[in-house]
Amino acid sequence: MKSRRGRAALLLLPTWAVLGIFFLVPLVLMLGVSFRQRGVYGGLRPIADLAAYLRSGGFLGNYGRSLEGVYLGIGWRSLWMAVLTTVLCLVISYPVAYAVAVRAPRRWKNLLLGLVVVPFWTSFLIRTYAWMFILRSEGLLNQGLLAAGVIHRPLELLYTPFAVMIGLVYGELPFMILPLYASLEKLDRSLLEAASDLGAGGAGVFRRVTVPLTMPGIVAGVVLVFIPSLGQFVVSDLLGGAKTMLLGNLIQNQYAVARNQPFGAALAFELTAAVLLLLLAYALYMRKRGEEVLL
Amino acid sequence: MIGSRWPRRLLAVHSALVYLFLYLPIAVLVVFSFNAARQTAVWDGLTLDWYRRLLDDEALLGAVRNSLTVASCTTLAATILGTLAALAMGRHQFRGKRPTQALLMLPVVIPEIVLGAALVTFFGVARMRLSLTTVILAHVVFSISYVAIVVRARLAGLDPSLEEAARDLGAGSFDTFRRVTLPLLFPGIVASALLVFTLSIDDYVITSFVAGVGATTLPLHIYSMLKVGVTPEINAVSTLLLAVTVALIVAAQRLLQEKKT
Repeated sequence: MKSRRGRAALLLLPTWAVLGIFFLVPLVLMLGVSFRQRGVYGGLRPIADLAAYLRSGGFLGNYGRSLEGVYLGIGWRSLWMAVLTTVLCLVISYPVAYAVAVRAPRRWKNLLLGLVVVPFWTSFLIRTYAWMFILRSEGLLNQGLLAAGVIHRPLELLYTPFAVMIGLVYGELPFMILPLYASLEKLDRSLLEAASDLGAGGAGVFRRVTVPLTMPGIVAGVVLVFIPSLGQFVVSDLLGGAKTMLLGNLIQNQYAVARNQPFGAALAFELTAAVLLLLLAYALYMRKRGEEVLL
Repeated sequence: MIGSRWPRRLLAVHSALVYLFLYLPIAVLVVFSFNAARQTAVWDGLTLDWYRRLLDDEALLGAVRNSLTVASCTTLAATILGTLAALAMGRHQFRGKRPTQALLMLPVVIPEIVLGAALVTFFGVARMRLSLTTVILAHVVFSISYVAIVVRARLAGLDPSLEEAARDLGAGSFDTFRRVTLPLLFPGIVASALLVFTLSIDDYVITSFVAGVGATTLPLHIYSMLKVGVTPEINAVSTLLLAVTVALIVAAQRLLQEKKT
């Protein structure tokens, strides 16, 4: 058909327009703002002499500031909490995904999978609130432990890094189980049996056959969990209080409280750059494996 | 078969515990929305008081109205745009397909806080007053991708011989689309619309950046209630929101799983 190319463009035109104007342009604007400085009353300080501003290096001021001790500390904490969340999710999820994809009877599969899909789509806010309700000093866990005589006064569980970790793992778990399930489901079981017939033990089959074959699922799950954990601010705000500030809280603060958009934009751009690098590595990996890049 | 009994039992027990971990907190939250005691987590009898009080909370009802407006507009716009994009991506080869694919993926994978921050900067520069309109625009941006992904997957699963048959029987390409392709795609389109409605009505992070005064949505209202302190009313409103969204998700799943012919 001759008009095919034109038809594709016509179909895509509204999407290109919306995503161009309300996604790409805002990202570019944010990058621009990150090179400016905060004005006296919030907003942006006018640049009187562009050449002098560039020569003085003032345009990199926000990026320089983000490397100061306090902020570096917050960035570091966000990074290791995101890594820990990802590792915990992977270790917890793999056996579950394996059990559902490989071991579960066929008639149970849809139900078990559906039970993971539901929290995948339901409100992160409410799922985080559930933990607030359980962990606070008058909460269910403390009441239970008190009643059982295990403790004599309520433990400080809420507003701790521990609470944040629980919230993060709880929130992100479905995002790890689903991609793992998808790749375990495609696993050819005869390969496992062949390895076993050739004398590999259970652990050997797992390590040398199952894990390498499901690596695309592992990588996809890691990416899907790591990225949102790194930019998280709801969980740390609600379960961590002021004591567990993460990069997400710092960024949100610049916009909502400190009214320092340029600094917030620089931080957000650093986060974006890290995420884009990770996604690029992911896309290259999937292409090399000949898998479809579907996130 | 591989493996002895013990590892298998361990696997089953571990999985059961993980499912318990996923659902117990939600179950607790729901159960305590019916608890008569106000302050403690001790059971003090069944009540519907907290639900009744929600009906008198004018601010809450306003937030619900706002959320329904936003979710309806978002769903309508994103479903149409996303479906058109899925048709282009699934049925046509054209230059710039790869960058378009990336453009469709990015709003989903980029951290929500970045999208919120970038949009509030944009609306500031464009001198658009923050309102329900800016919230809807922001939601449409991240929703198009979900529709495109779901509908395109459905499109890929269609049997091409059905469309060929229609053409062989003399249907033009528009008729083939309207009378064969579209009806077959329809469950996928409806499912993606239900999912977008869910995402929109639940979104907190992006909305918190782009909602102005008077554009408080339900999650924003719940968040401000949480900041004041845990109350049974929050359990009640959370339970209602959960009930609605879970119903939508289950319906969407049903549509996506049913036989594709």
